[in-house]
Amino acid sequence: MFRNNYDNDSVTFSPQGRIFQVEYAQEAVKQGSVVVGIVSKTHAVLAAIKRNAEELSSYQKKVIPIDTHYGVALAGLASDARVLSNFMRQQSLSSRLTYDRPILLSDITSRIADRAQTNTQQYGRRPYGVGLLIAGVDARGPHLFEFQPSGVTQEMVACGIGARSQMARTYLERNLDEFEGSSREELIRHALRSLKESLAQDKELTVDNTSLGISGIGEDFKLYEGQDIAEFLETTFENKEQEPAAGGEGMEVDDS
Amino acid sequence: MNHFPVGWGRPRDDVYGAYNPSYLPQSHGGTQANPITHTQSPIVTGTSVLAIKYKDGVVIAADNLASYGSLARFTDVKRLKQFNRKAVVGFGGDVSDMQYLDRLLNSLDVEENYGGDAPAESGPHMSAKNLHAYLSKVMYKRRSDFNPLWNAMLVAGLDESDKPFLAYADLLGTTYSSPSLATGFGAHLAQPIMRRAVPNEAASRELSKEQAVECIKECMKVLFYRDARSMPVYSIAVIDGKGVDLKEDEKLENQSWAFAEQIRGYGTQTV
Repeated sequence: MFRNNYDNDSVTFSPQGRIFQVEYAQEAVKQGSVVVGIVSKTHAVLAAIKRNAEELSSYQKKVIPIDTHYGVALAGLASDARVLSNFMRQQSLSSRLTYDRPILLSDITSRIADRAQTNTQQYGRRPYGVGLLIAGVDARGPHLFEFQPSGVTQEMVACGIGARSQMARTYLERNLDEFEGSSREELIRHALRSLKESLAQDKELTVDNTSLGISGIGEDFKLYEGQDIAEFLETTFENKEQEPAAGGEGMEVDDS
Repeated sequence: MNHFPVGWGRPRDDVYGAYNPSYLPQSHGGTQANPITHTQSPIVTGTSVLAIKYKDGVVIAADNLASYGSLARFTDVKRLKQFNRKAVVGFGGDVSDMQYLDRLLNSLDVEENYGGDAPAESGPHMSAKNLHAYLSKVMYKRRSDFNPLWNAMLVAGLDESDKPFLAYADLLGTTYSSPSLATGFGAHLAQPIMRRAVPNEAASRELSKEQAVECIKECMKVLFYRDARSMPVYSIAVIDGKGVDLKEDEKLENQSWAFAEQIRGYGTQTV
């Protein structure tokens, strides 16, 4: 009958010192499809797998450009990410208007962290059910930050969150030493490869289900989707040709 | 018991009688003729601020006088305020508003540096350009509230890429920038002299620190000759890549009042 008395709200500790609502929110992140981020000395890259609810539907947005110098990738509840990204856009704009400078990534990260943490401390509120990777370039160079529903944020060299992201992280850990000196193209290839690691056996990275966000020193944050990433996919997975181009996906056309 | 929240915490009408609002202006239910007003003119004022850009930085100066009308009331008022090691603000106009802005800028500096985990070598994140943008927004906000901060200011220092930066902001929220700038009387008396040294940006990139300091000192002297609200003790700051060098007790050197005898047309002379 009484499975758990301590998970009704986010302000009650369990006798073991845990806050279950926060832990459940962190589970929501693990339900979302995988996103990875990597930084080098010059660039920051976000890569994500998009999911579609059904064959004929569109794909859920995974990478959101916030300001010209950075963007976020999300795993978890997209609606919560929308709230947070709107807030980040407001804060970024206000930094530009008041101080005439792009906001620091460490600044914006701690601002959403404060917001998220407040949600875990007030009765009647709930934690955000979304994890974010915040990547871009500011006055202090390229950065990648991880944000969790608990309000924990960390600066990372490389990071993956979302469903089956352990496989992606394993790839990132194996190649950790290479990232710092990587070129833009190498960094993109690493991101795509790590993304592929966490894909189910029968799944493939395609122009439809992959999102890339790239920014660098002197290069604004840009979102690559659809045909724009075809070349990145080709150069990353050169051996793809061996398999017959995944049949049945394309529309049937009369070839008269 | 008065159940209306508006009555809570006020003297009770049945004990003290109804509140007498007659001292209030008409706009607030009283009988006074004049409405509530904000600052209509400055009270204790500082005069000109001068600044000039040179190849590695900026030189800025203002005298140490705060006048009460035409009375030289305070002779030790430092009107150059260092914000961080990249920016100095020089204030002309109302001294109390300067003190308010100084406190505002100090709290801004604390906020900027609080909890910072930035590496020491990355330097302050707030450049003179950022500070000027912020200040001009504060000034424009206050004038839009019809409650202006009665100042004209120069922000001198380095921008985010450590190039010399100099810009003006005033009580109207007006801003502009130039290789040399002056507020108040200095805009009439000193600016033409400074423009001889730096007619354009290219010239300011050629100017040496010694030439810039010399030019500013010369202008401070001319201002003391001709501006009746000035004094011969002044502050001068040089901001460059090495930081801020602020001196607050400089005295004018080599004054020569010989020209004064030639002046005709006003004063006590009868010829």
